[in-house]
Amino acid sequence: MAQLDQAPGSGSGFNPLEWLGSQLGRLVVSVLVPGVLFVVLWQGFIFLRDSEAPQYLIAIIAIVWGVGGAAALYFVSNWIIERLGPEWTRRLQPFVFVGPAMAILAWYLAIPTLRTLWLSFFDRTSDNFIFLDNYIDIFTDPNLIVVFRNNLLWIVFGASLSVILGLLIAVLADRSRYESLAKSLIFLPMAISFVGAGVIWNFIYEVKDISAPQIGLLNAIWVGLGGEPQAWTALLQPWNNLFLIIIVVWLQTGYAMVLFSAAIKGIPGDLIEAARVDGATEVQIFFRIMIPYIWGTIITVATTIVIFTLKIFDIVLVMTGGRFGTEVIATAFYRQNFTNRNFGLGSAIAIVLLLLVVPVMIYNLRKFGEEEAFE
Amino acid sequence: MASVTYDHVYKRFGDVVAVNDLQIEIKDKEFLVLVGPSGCGKSTALRLLAGLESISDGEISIGDRVVNDVAPKDRDIAMVFQSYALYPHMSVYDNMAFGLKLRGMPKDEIKRRVEEAGDVLGIEALLDRKPRQLSGGQRQRVALGRAIVREPNVFLLDEPLSNLDAKLRVQTRAEISKLHKRLQTTFIYVTHDQVEAMTMADRIAVMKDGILQQLDTPQNLYDHPANRFVAGFIGSPSMNFFDAHVRQNGGGIKVDAGSFSVDIPQSQAGPYQGYVDKAVVFGVRPEDIHNPDFPPPNITPAPVSAKVEVTELMGNEIFAYFNNGGHSFVGRVDPRSQYGLDQDVQVVFNMDNMHVFDKDTEQAIR
Repeated sequence: MAQLDQAPGSGSGFNPLEWLGSQLGRLVVSVLVPGVLFVVLWQGFIFLRDSEAPQYLIAIIAIVWGVGGAAALYFVSNWIIERLGPEWTRRLQPFVFVGPAMAILAWYLAIPTLRTLWLSFFDRTSDNFIFLDNYIDIFTDPNLIVVFRNNLLWIVFGASLSVILGLLIAVLADRSRYESLAKSLIFLPMAISFVGAGVIWNFIYEVKDISAPQIGLLNAIWVGLGGEPQAWTALLQPWNNLFLIIIVVWLQTGYAMVLFSAAIKGIPGDLIEAARVDGATEVQIFFRIMIPYIWGTIITVATTIVIFTLKIFDIVLVMTGGRFGTEVIATAFYRQNFTNRNFGLGSAIAIVLLLLVVPVMIYNLRKFGEEEAFE
Repeated sequence: MASVTYDHVYKRFGDVVAVNDLQIEIKDKEFLVLVGPSGCGKSTALRLLAGLESISDGEISIGDRVVNDVAPKDRDIAMVFQSYALYPHMSVYDNMAFGLKLRGMPKDEIKRRVEEAGDVLGIEALLDRKPRQLSGGQRQRVALGRAIVREPNVFLLDEPLSNLDAKLRVQTRAEISKLHKRLQTTFIYVTHDQVEAMTMADRIAVMKDGILQQLDTPQNLYDHPANRFVAGFIGSPSMNFFDAHVRQNGGGIKVDAGSFSVDIPQSQAGPYQGYVDKAVVFGVRPEDIHNPDFPPPNITPAPVSAKVEVTELMGNEIFAYFNNGGHSFVGRVDPRSQYGLDQDVQVVFNMDNMHVFDKDTEQAIR
């Protein structure tokens, strides 16, 4: 303490505060602090990986380590950057904020994508470079052509049915006294996982031998009406796909309905009344005033469901496992990669799926940007 | 072109009676203004006529036809909304043409009408624009244009000027009046602004709590308000009211407000004879209170002493806030008046334009 009272530099002894202010001191501290931080975080990681402490303790430490580590990393990197002078602070500080997100995106999305692209140019064991042969296979193999046809069915029927039904229910519910009840019922399936929905619908489509009682709902009704029991998901290809598509419609109509319902409620009442006075019938009001007014929402919902149906996987896997001509891109990719161990072809299918999704995504984003700028 | 009749019309929302026994006969080509404070039922009355609300009781006729069960599109009316209600996804041209297209009018006739209306309203250069690219005043014109091109029998305007700034409102007010003269059509105009009502209307219907208070020409409404509410609603600043009694005063009668009393001119005393010693409300408009130093000619003055509380100089006049024995009142006096704060002064009421209302019924005594 005595040294603090002395004027700087007047004492002959070593002054730690003064030393910290010097160029060398600052450099040492700047290296030391991140170094210590890194060691602490690394030790935490080792501990979490190898420790045989009780589970709950590990969980608590993991939370503290994760949250605290992220905060500490932020503070230290921000601290270092603020030491560099205003010019460099201004240049580098944005990266402290977006850097982690960019790094995670790169690590989990960009690099795997590039790696998949790279692998798609190789054969099944990733040993020989065969360039586009996998892609030629995709577009010539009859089995894979079926896959694309199925996905097209999914897009056309899945998206359009969800949108049309969602819109219809939203409009009708809006004029009903039982609006909230009806909407809750329609929305309910959204809470069910796709695998769960698949299991439920497996029961509905269940088929038993003609001599046994039909436990599947659809066959029970069908037989009750005098029909033969049918294996719905296996017959009349490619239309058996529709039985799978109905499941997604059942799940997604609620999502479409909720967004449409909100959009419809956003239409000013004056606008509808003006059209009514102008001489429009209710049907004309629907098609010429309401639909154009909520067109942005319709596009957003439609493209979201298109992307979703392009990526459809769980339901097909649960219901048919891709048999009976119901294979889709995602299940084909999964089968090639993990069942047939054909990494080249699997990767190529994944890349094709990506290329199909990207344009829809870009359109959606662009449309979204316009919406934001709207009035 | 058509007359409009409200025949004992009621509109109930649950227990609330929004329009209560409304009876109005609107003549062909008349400009009728429905005016009143917010919630008085004036907009509901208009929406009943437009067919946007169903009538609970009574009949509304357009021309000779009872329209209670006629759809809005078949009533041959056009409406201008307060929010303008322009279709945001359509160009100005399409906004105006929409109603005509729905009626299957030939394209060249639509074009002719839209362009003519655009010309009348000075928006011919904007026909290709979308509503969001227009200013408030331009949108308002498009809304008017959309009504004009239909060439309806009746124009309904629901507070069309409320969303405009003060200057534009005055300008558009005059333009709507001109438009009425030009189109020679029945206009029914709803507003809460008594200045709009006074300046534009052939006749004004004053409403309060769903009940029609008075239906008369602007001048009659101002000169002979039927009750205390109308008297206070029309005119700015509002009429001054004093709780008072009618008293015998020698051969004549006077109004005694406690801290002051004024003589009722002999020529007007007739109706008040029966009210001697009864409680009344005495009313005098601010513009009928004068500084005796600058008396206007040909008035019947009644002197009242008062203390000046606040003065507001308007340039052409002074709004002076007076107090007499606890009665506060405002006068619009000559700008040459030299009033100091808390100064005791003499003012005169012009008794030719006084108003007396029954204390209980609040109806004018006349």
